Amino acid sequence: MIEAVGLTKRYGDKTAVYNLSFQVRPGAVTGFLGPNGSGKSTTMRMILGLDNPTAGQVTIGGYPYRKLPNAARQVGALLDAKAVHGGRSARNHLLSLAQLSGIPARRVDEVLGVVGLQDVAKRRSKGFSLGMGQRLGIAAALLGDPQVLLFDEPVNGLDPEGILWVRNLMKALAAEGRTVFVSSHLMSEMALTADHLIVIGRGQLLADMSVTDFISANSADFARVRTPDTEPQQREKLSSALTEAGGHVLPEQDGALRVTGLPLPRISDIAHDADVRLWELSPHQASLEEAYMRMTQGAVDYRSTIDQKEGLQQPLPPGVQPPMPVPGQGQPGWYAPPPPQQGGQPFSMPPQGAPGPYGAAQGAPGPGTPNPYAQPVPQTPPAPQGAPQGQAPAPQPPQPSQPPATPTSDLTKPEDAR
Amino acid sequence: MSSPQSQMPQAAPTWQAAPGTSFPSGYTSPIPVVRTHLGNAIASEWTKIKSVRSTMWTLGVFVLLVIGIGTLTGVVVAESDPALDGESPLGLGFFGLLLGSMCIITLGVLTTASEYGTGMIRTTMVACPSRGRVLAAKGVVFFLVAFVVTLVSACLVAFLHVAMLEGDGAKSPTGGEWLKGTVGIAAYVALLGLLSLAVGSIIRHSAGAITIMIGAVLAPLVIALFMFSESLQGVRDALFEYSIPNQLSVFYSNSLSQSGPSGWDPLWIMLGATAVAFAAAFALLEKRDV
Repeated sequence: MIEAVGLTKRYGDKTAVYNLSFQVRPGAVTGFLGPNGSGKSTTMRMILGLDNPTAGQVTIGGYPYRKLPNAARQVGALLDAKAVHGGRSARNHLLSLAQLSGIPARRVDEVLGVVGLQDVAKRRSKGFSLGMGQRLGIAAALLGDPQVLLFDEPVNGLDPEGILWVRNLMKALAAEGRTVFVSSHLMSEMALTADHLIVIGRGQLLADMSVTDFISANSADFARVRTPDTEPQQREKLSSALTEAGGHVLPEQDGALRVTGLPLPRISDIAHDADVRLWELSPHQASLEEAYMRMTQGAVDYRSTIDQKEGLQQPLPPGVQPPMPVPGQGQPGWYAPPPPQQGGQPFSMPPQGAPGPYGAAQGAPGPGTPNPYAQPVPQTPPAPQGAPQGQAPAPQPPQPSQPPATPTSDLTKPEDAR
Repeated sequence: MSSPQSQMPQAAPTWQAAPGTSFPSGYTSPIPVVRTHLGNAIASEWTKIKSVRSTMWTLGVFVLLVIGIGTLTGVVVAESDPALDGESPLGLGFFGLLLGSMCIITLGVLTTASEYGTGMIRTTMVACPSRGRVLAAKGVVFFLVAFVVTLVSACLVAFLHVAMLEGDGAKSPTGGEWLKGTVGIAAYVALLGLLSLAVGSIIRHSAGAITIMIGAVLAPLVIALFMFSESLQGVRDALFEYSIPNQLSVFYSNSLSQSGPSGWDPLWIMLGATAVAFAAAFALLEKRDV
């Protein structure tokens, strides 16, 4: 059990972490999320007694880390894969750590086997790839067979097989009753690994809730409806019928409609009554990634801009269209469902009538790319709440607080979740 | 994040399972938990110091310098006609040790500062949050290694010189001179290394700390060379007398000047300086963020 109370850390006049309070419970994988520079690593370092908090405190099992008797046997940590002396072999590195905490030397060979480094145990870690370095770091964390484990970005640099292994390892460790605290900015990974989420942005707590609650609190479900491309008037017809019925309709780039406020069966009925054929009627739920992006939008410190190459490019020959910038993630307007600040961005959407490289088939640039193979039966009972991936068959009534007409409602969301 | 749908059915049940199993009260390792002490840290530091190449390199170069230069001076002095005028032949080991002490300084700094350079210090401090224990263990291990290697090299060179110059008018050294020329000088050089280790822990940067230490060895002599003025005579003499090379030569009783430290004084001076540096290193280590 890790418990932080009012944790604050300032470096000079920069506040890295401010008044952070949370608990990490045993028996579950707790994901620790936040954009780059949001204070994740600083918090981890304070938990491990490397940095002294400016205010507040953090304890593990009731003790501050530096007061823990034989800390390495109670807490294992992977902070940074490069936190090793490159000139030392993997085995000697682990052996020195084992000796430091009175762990028998044969345990070193055990953990080397667990992480799959037994064949390179005698090699100097300088030559290790990033993935091998991560494995060595995980081996060091597992060395003391501790009941509390902290991992800072454990899957960085791992191959798919390694990612799967880490995912299963975390779950297995938690299932044994250990406390597992994993920081990551890979949402997709957390969706599959974590049970509980702690989200911070700019050093402050944004959310502390289960993955399922997180998604339902921070995202809206919507239905994507597509009428035959060949008959635009059908689209208009359906659109007005749906609006009349109390739904909210938002047109998408490729001609599909994004409908909120109406359950799928109802949409189907309305379409039937209006005599409109449907090419697609699919339920969508925002993924964890979307929910996270939406929440941390205001708290991102480092945001990319387009590479203008101004003055460096050859003038385009007359008559040639400049290439269309690809809408990037992190731009408001990128996330489904309703973009909070449509039009406020320099290039949030490619202009209509300029089909992208994929022509008319170009989907909305959201994660919920139109899926022609989506479940054809809209009445599927809702999946266990919290299926994080898009296309979850969950025709729950969309949240009332999500009408696209009030774009500000999205911005207030993070506040609600605090 | 349009991930394959096939992931969904697998993922959903697994997370449902974890909260469902009602939080277990925690995990207890089958490996017995022992109380750790300085001995554990010393074993760990011994593994660390012997498992990096820089240790072998610096100590190898040290032995090479001490014995190589010692042999050369021995040969040159033996060839020259009025060899040693009743002087002890032990003093010839001075040149090799003066150069060799640079290697010990380097190794001392690297023992602490390289952990900061590589980030290893974070791993170490997580494994052992008693920071003082780690520094103490480093000091103990390094001092013993440096002392033993210096002692063995100094003894070898001393025997070599005595044997080479036996019939050359050199006086045969007394027991006290033997002690000072071997154990005394080894303890002094090892303490100089220990001082570098503490400086490395304070500065946390290998190149910076090595520069400071080499400066501390050479600067007083160089500065003194430029103090021509009569009014600075006192300062100049003090700089000469207390400069590290002169302190080294005191162990061979051929100091550059007649006043200043004599006998075993340099050892106590170095002991005091090292103690102060260690006190500062301990205090900073406890206070600073790693």
